[in-house]
Amino acid sequence: MSVLQMQRFSICAMKKDRKAILEELQSLGILEVDTSVIEGEVLEKMDTLSQKQLFERTSALADQALNVLAEYEPEKTSMLSSLEGKALIEKQDYQKMVDNKEALLQSANEVMALGKEIAESKAAIMRLETQIETLTPWLNLDVPISYSGTRKTAVIIGSVGKAVTLEEIYTEIAGHVGELEAMDIQIISENSAQTCIAATCLKQDAQVLEDALRTLGFSRPTQTSNLIPAEQRAQLQKEIAALMMAIEETEGKIRAKANDREELKWFSDYYRVRAQKYEVLGTIPQSKRTFLISGYVPAKVSQELQNRMEEKYDLNVDIEEVPKDEEIPILLQNGKLSGSVEGVLESYGLPTRYEIDPSRVMIFFYVFFFGLMLSDAGYGLVMFLACAVLLKKYPRMSEGMSKSLRMFMYCGLSTVAWGILFGGYFGDAIQIAAKVFFDYELTINPVWFAPLDDPMRLLIYSMVFGLTHLFVGLGIKGYMYLKDKHYLDFFCDVVLWFAFLIGLVMILLPSQMFASMSQMNIVFSPAVNTLAKVLALGGMIGLLLMSGRSSKNPVLRLALGAYDLYNVTGWLSDVLSYSRLLALGLATGVIASVMNQMGSMAGNGIFGAIVFILVFVVGHIFNMAINILGAYVHTNRLQYVEFFGKFYEGGGRKFAPFKAITNYVDVKEEKKI
Amino acid sequence: MSGIVWALLGAAMSVVLAGCGSAYGVGVAGQAASGVVTEDPSKFAKVLIIQLLPGTQGIYGLLVAFITLSKVGLLGGSAADLSLTTGIMIFAACLPIGVVGLVSAIHQGKTAVAAIGVVAKKPDQFGKAMLFPAMVETYAILALLMSILAVNAINV
Repeated sequence: MSVLQMQRFSICAMKKDRKAILEELQSLGILEVDTSVIEGEVLEKMDTLSQKQLFERTSALADQALNVLAEYEPEKTSMLSSLEGKALIEKQDYQKMVDNKEALLQSANEVMALGKEIAESKAAIMRLETQIETLTPWLNLDVPISYSGTRKTAVIIGSVGKAVTLEEIYTEIAGHVGELEAMDIQIISENSAQTCIAATCLKQDAQVLEDALRTLGFSRPTQTSNLIPAEQRAQLQKEIAALMMAIEETEGKIRAKANDREELKWFSDYYRVRAQKYEVLGTIPQSKRTFLISGYVPAKVSQELQNRMEEKYDLNVDIEEVPKDEEIPILLQNGKLSGSVEGVLESYGLPTRYEIDPSRVMIFFYVFFFGLMLSDAGYGLVMFLACAVLLKKYPRMSEGMSKSLRMFMYCGLSTVAWGILFGGYFGDAIQIAAKVFFDYELTINPVWFAPLDDPMRLLIYSMVFGLTHLFVGLGIKGYMYLKDKHYLDFFCDVVLWFAFLIGLVMILLPSQMFASMSQMNIVFSPAVNTLAKVLALGGMIGLLLMSGRSSKNPVLRLALGAYDLYNVTGWLSDVLSYSRLLALGLATGVIASVMNQMGSMAGNGIFGAIVFILVFVVGHIFNMAINILGAYVHTNRLQYVEFFGKFYEGGGRKFAPFKAITNYVDVKEEKKI
Repeated sequence: MSGIVWALLGAAMSVVLAGCGSAYGVGVAGQAASGVVTEDPSKFAKVLIIQLLPGTQGIYGLLVAFITLSKVGLLGGSAADLSLTTGIMIFAACLPIGVVGLVSAIHQGKTAVAAIGVVAKKPDQFGKAMLFPAMVETYAILALLMSILAVNAINV
C-alpha cells in the first residue's frame, strides 16, 4: 500500500542518438517527461508543431477511412467486444506494415475518395427525387410544361395556390373579362394546397385570360422542361437507377479494401505514436550537438533504466531525489487484491505525495459492505462467475476494466458469504419452488439470522460495523500524524476523540434507551462505568481546550474547541448513515421474494413451471441489476463521505509516463523494465 | 371502517407516493441523459447509472408495502382481523417512506440532472458526480428504516 517514490532522472546525450533514445523511452513507458526545470542560454527547443500535426492528420485520416470501411463492411463484433482490449501483434509484422506505409496511405485516401463518391451520389439522388416530387402534380399533362400553344391558340399552364373547382375558375374569369370567344380550361390535378390547370384560348386573348387567372392567384411553374412530364419522370428515374448502380459498384470497391483494415489500424496507431514522440521532442532542450531530457521515474526502476541506457548509448545520466516541497506524479503500487479498488480510489482522487494509499484498508471494507448490502448467495455467485469468466476470456482487456471486474468478483464472493449467513438464495426461490411444485415445506435456516425477522439486530450490527470503519479511518489519521512526528496533533485530534467517543459509547450501552432498542441488557461493573465517564469527560474537556490550539486568543480558542466538540453530531450522523447496510440488504431479499411469489402464482404443472422460470429469470435479473447498482453507489458513498472524511484528502496527480498510447494494437516488446 | 382498510391504505400510500416521486426523478434524469447520449453515445453507461439513482425510492415504497401486506396477511392466507387503532398505526408507519420517498426522489432527480451535466463535461469526474444524488438518498433510507422498524414493531 504505497505511493511509489519518484526520482528525477535526467539524460544528457548526443543528438545522433536522439531518435533511438526517444523511441526506447517511449516503448519502456516509465519516464514522465518534465523539462521545466532545465535552464540554459545555449539550449533551444525545436519547433515540431507542424510535423506533429501532419502525423496527427495522417492518423485521423486512417481513422476516418476505417469508419468508412466499418459503414459498408461492418466488422463482426460480439456484444462484449469492448472488453477485448487491444490486440497484441508481433514486432516484425508491425515493421512490415511500417515499410508498407506509403501504400497504406494511398489505400486510406482511396477509401476516403470512394466514401466521398458515395456521399455525392446519394446527394444527387436526393436532388432527383425532389424533382420527381415537384413533377408529380403534372403527370396527367400530355404536353410539356413549357408548351405555349399552336399557331392560332395559346396554352397557359400553371397552378393556383389553393383548391378551386372548374366552376369557380369560369365564374371568376367571366367576372373579369366577360365571355371569351373560345376558351377551354382543364384541371390537371388538385389537392388542398394547389390546383394545376391548363387553359387554352385564342392567341389574341392569351394576355387577358392570364391576367384574369392571376386574380385567382395563378402562377406559372418554376420548373420548365421540353419533355412531357411523364417522360421526364421516366428519365429522372433512369438517372436515379444509374446512380444506385454506381453506388453499389463503389460499395463493392470499398468492401474489397476491407482486407487492409487490420493494417490501417496499425497504420493509424503508428502515426499516433509518432505524433506523441514529436510532442515530447518539441519540449526537450537541445544544444548544437547534445540534447537534454529530464523527468520523473519510479525510484525502484531508476537504477535499471540508467544501466540500460548507459549500456546502449553514449550518454550521461543524473538521478536526484525530488525536493521535499515539489509535487510528484502519483503511481500506486498494490497487489492484485487491493489494487482492484484503485479505480474507485482514483475517481475520488489519488493520494498526494505524503498521504497514505488507503487501498489496502479500503478493499476489505469495500468488499465487506458490498456483500452485506447485496446479501444474496445466488446473486453473489452469478456476479462472481460472470466476472471470473470475463476476466479469463478477455485477458487483454484494459487495465481499468480488469481492475473493476476483479473488484466485483471479490464483492461477489463476499455477497455469497453474506447470503449464506442470512439465508438468501435468490430470495426464497428454493422454498417457493419446493412448496409449489413438490408440495413440500422446505425450510432453509440461515447460518446466522434472517434480517427480516429481526431488523433491529442487524441495525445494531450495521452501526457497529460503521463505527469500526470510522474508527479505522481515525486510526489512519493518527498513524499519519505519528509518521510525520506530529505528536501533539496525534494526541489532540486523534487520541482525545477516541477517548471521548469510546466513553460516550460505553455510557450509552448500559442505558435504558439502548436496552429497549436492542432487547439486550448490558451491565457494566461500576468501575467500567466510572472509566466510561472519565474517558468521555476527559476527552470532552481535552477537546474543548486543545482543538483551537492554533489560536492565541483564549476566548477564541475555547470557542473553536466548542465548535470542534459540536462535530460529535457529525459522528452521530455518520454512524446512522450505515443503517443503509440494513435497508439495502432488506430491499434485495424482499424484492427477490416478491419476484418468486409472482412466479408461483400460475400454480404447478408444466404451464406453471414455464411461467415460474420466465418470471424467475427476468425478475431476478432486474432485481440484481438494480441492487448491484445500489450496493455499488452506496458502498462508494460510505467510503468517500464517511470513511475518507475522517482522514483522506486526495488530489494527487496521476503519473503519466511518456509512452506509446495506441487505439487499436500493442506491439510486443522484447524486454520491459 | 375497520383496521384492515387503513393498513391497506398505508401500503398503497407508500407505493403510490414513493413511486410517483421516483417516476418523476428518473424521468427528468432520463431527459438529461438522452441529451448527453445524442452528443456522445459512449457515455451511455455512466449517465444510465446516474439516471437510475432516483429510482430506488419506488423500490423502498414497494418494500414497505410488501412487508405491510405480508404482516396483515393479505398476501396469501387470510387477512388478519385488525382493530381500528392497529390499522391506523400501520398507516402511520407507512407514511415516512411514502412522503419522504416522494419529496426526496423529486430532489434526487433534479440533482441527478445536474450530475449528468457534470459527466457530460468531465466524464472522469463520474465518481464525484454520482455522489451528489446519493447524498439525497440518505433521507429516503432513513425514512425506509423508520417505516420498516415501525411496521415490524406493531403487534397484529
